[in-house]
Amino acid sequence: MGQTRLARRDLLATTAFLLGFGSSQARTYSGSKPWTEGAADPVEVVRPGAWRYLTPEEAASVGAIADRLIPADDLSIGGKEAGCAVFIDAQLAGTYGRAERLYMRPPFTSGTPMQGFQSPLTPAAQYRVALAALDAYCRAGFVGKGFADLGAEQQDKILAGLESGTVKLEGADGRAFFELVLQNVMEGFFADPVYGGNKDMAGWKMIGFPGARYDYRDHVGKHNERYTLPPVSLAGRPEWTVKG
Amino acid sequence: MATKLPATDVVIIGLGWTGSILAHEMTEAGLDVVAIERGPWRDTATDFSPAIAPDELRYAIQLDLFLRPAQETLTFRNSPTQNALPIRAFGSFLPGNGVGGAGVHWNGQTWRFLETDFIARSHLTQRYGKGFLPDDMTIQDWGVSYAELEASYDKFEYLAGISGKAGNIKGVRQPGGNPFEGPRSREFPLPPLEMTYAPSLFAKAAREMGYHPFPTPAANASQPYTNPLGVSMGPCTYCGFCERFGCANYSKASPQTTVLPSLMRRSNFTLRTECEVLKINMDGTGKRATGVTYVDAQGREWEQPADIVLLCAYQFHNVRMLLLSGIGTPYDPRDGTGTVGRNYAYQSGSGVTMFFDDKTFNPFIGAGALQQVIDDFNGDNFDHGPLGFVGGGSLAAATTGGRPIGYRATPPGTPRWGSKWKKAAVTAYQNTATIGNQGSSYSYRDAFLDLDPTYTDRFGRKLLRMTFDFHDNERKMAAFAANRAEEIAKAMGAKQIVKRGLADHYSIVPYQSTHNTGGAVMGSDPRTSVVNRYLQSWDVSNLFVIGASAFPQNHGYNPTGTVGALAFWAAEAIRTQYLKNPGPLVQA
Repeated sequence: MGQTRLARRDLLATTAFLLGFGSSQARTYSGSKPWTEGAADPVEVVRPGAWRYLTPEEAASVGAIADRLIPADDLSIGGKEAGCAVFIDAQLAGTYGRAERLYMRPPFTSGTPMQGFQSPLTPAAQYRVALAALDAYCRAGFVGKGFADLGAEQQDKILAGLESGTVKLEGADGRAFFELVLQNVMEGFFADPVYGGNKDMAGWKMIGFPGARYDYRDHVGKHNERYTLPPVSLAGRPEWTVKG
Repeated sequence: MATKLPATDVVIIGLGWTGSILAHEMTEAGLDVVAIERGPWRDTATDFSPAIAPDELRYAIQLDLFLRPAQETLTFRNSPTQNALPIRAFGSFLPGNGVGGAGVHWNGQTWRFLETDFIARSHLTQRYGKGFLPDDMTIQDWGVSYAELEASYDKFEYLAGISGKAGNIKGVRQPGGNPFEGPRSREFPLPPLEMTYAPSLFAKAAREMGYHPFPTPAANASQPYTNPLGVSMGPCTYCGFCERFGCANYSKASPQTTVLPSLMRRSNFTLRTECEVLKINMDGTGKRATGVTYVDAQGREWEQPADIVLLCAYQFHNVRMLLLSGIGTPYDPRDGTGTVGRNYAYQSGSGVTMFFDDKTFNPFIGAGALQQVIDDFNGDNFDHGPLGFVGGGSLAAATTGGRPIGYRATPPGTPRWGSKWKKAAVTAYQNTATIGNQGSSYSYRDAFLDLDPTYTDRFGRKLLRMTFDFHDNERKMAAFAANRAEEIAKAMGAKQIVKRGLADHYSIVPYQSTHNTGGAVMGSDPRTSVVNRYLQSWDVSNLFVIGASAFPQNHGYNPTGTVGALAFWAAEAIRTQYLKNPGPLVQA
């Protein structure tokens, strides 16, 4: 296949005027379907380690929030243990956190709810600002304790207040932050484990989602019958990995 | 300064469904064709392999395959009196990008519009009287009939290996198919997909209520298939990663799985990727296009001269390209004059979410077009006289895949987090089903597209501005359909039913549908259409504008079947008429 007649004339000089789209390059193809060895584009596997974007204090707050949004109980491990903070940290350090794909040109003007978000803040900046404001809110109200150091009941009260808008943060939109962190924690809990969350497919096991199985032809016609095979990640299953 | 390239016979803007079909037809006619595509080359093995494709976060949430607003977006407002603001993140609709366009990540529901849809205004006024349509409703006839388009629909369905059951072959009713559809010349190329549980329950209940359920025509191959170009597709595995994803099984019809393997081998075809067309160039008379100017990913400008220009981008981009190139007269909503940007329409979704307590629906088993549907309340298949609205929709129960970041409905009153949420989410995952109405969206005087006065793209070009809101006619239709859905849901035995109508105002935030239509509509009168019945520009006869931008209004179905048919219809007109005698195919 590597011998395909690949007419990949780069019409262009190699000047690195990339317009903000990474390694994109104009190409010309004629006479055959292009094929390049190793051209597949898998995701980078995220493993716990040093924080990439969050400070250790911020990461502790995010982990504590994740543990209240998805508490450990008989249905699953908690959001923190499931890796939601690791997931969010990796996301904030990447294209998502930098809002690279979004339209971020000025002027920024507030509009109607129907017109969608109009903030100049990237998701990474929103976390930085809101977590600092949340920390200040907690330290002022709870004798110097940050969110992560509070009891579960206090934490739930604050989160419920952010959700409803009754807890107001100084210099940050608490309600918008709650929606953002709720979305991101759920992503971390239910996205493929390669992204650093959903540890041991805990989220998938909880609801019975088989993950990347990709073939259900043997079960389509089995109406109202439970599917019994365990979930599979893009990285396979732990049992498939040869140890040693 | 643009560098001038050697001239070609045909230049195509955008290599999605319509661009691929037109490129194949034009190269077959012996013409040299250059296609210019903004996004990258993508193919099954490298970009949608089973080790990459089933990734909800990457594709369904972070929208890896789609057009990025940083590349191009629109501004939006609900009414002409508001200040339009940019759509900073796509939500309500998700335009495609790259080779294959939205044909890569669509669901595959492949419909033909009804015979009466093509003569919407004349039919409705004839049946219900002149005063029945609202004064500000600007629906019109298409200028082409269903019977004329039938052969083109057939070509697209056989190209794409559609799985379905005919309801009407040459005027003879077929059991198991849609009794309301226009006559087909033959059966579908493949039988219907195997059915999952929830749609089967829906079909049973609907049948017992006297309706006429049938399987939706699907571009998800139910069996192996080799199309007329010799391109083979594999059978669908019901993997549940269809809409927003590329297909690893070569099962979902896309340009990659149906046209490109044949097209790319042709020596008279050239594809340029990651090149964005800035404008269509005109000669001094303003009556003839001379080619296009584009900028490549490295930022250099090129001029590609051509005898014929085929504008085959997504609906919005077709309209914007005309406006940016100064072709045709922009629509003016104040007095209703002008045509470019006129009759923008969408889709009016409504329906029910059903919660059961004793089911195992296995929602992760699905395919993009795996559903049972009734057409009893679509188009003018029912008497609108006593109802006070026009239009309708296809009412369906689908299982497209229970991917858990997005598929997490819980019964009303459930908290959104915490242990109570977890408990409810576990039960609801296996016990939830939906009935949705793909409702028509008729066109109105105050729903239109023009250029934004404030916001620009990365090249400094004005963004397109959308002015759109729902109207009372569609509100009534959507509520009527939701009520019918509720009745079926009760018959299905749902324990809790949540009904959903149209929102107070259209919002660009929640996903609704990537069925944007109009703005460069086809018709028989140049005062109310941008292109003639062959998709040829009234103003510039060597320019054809092909896609859903040509729909005069949107009907109660997914648009791709009709978009594919229009591509073959325009191609045939170019091959059999235009090439013999270049010039206007219809006299204005």
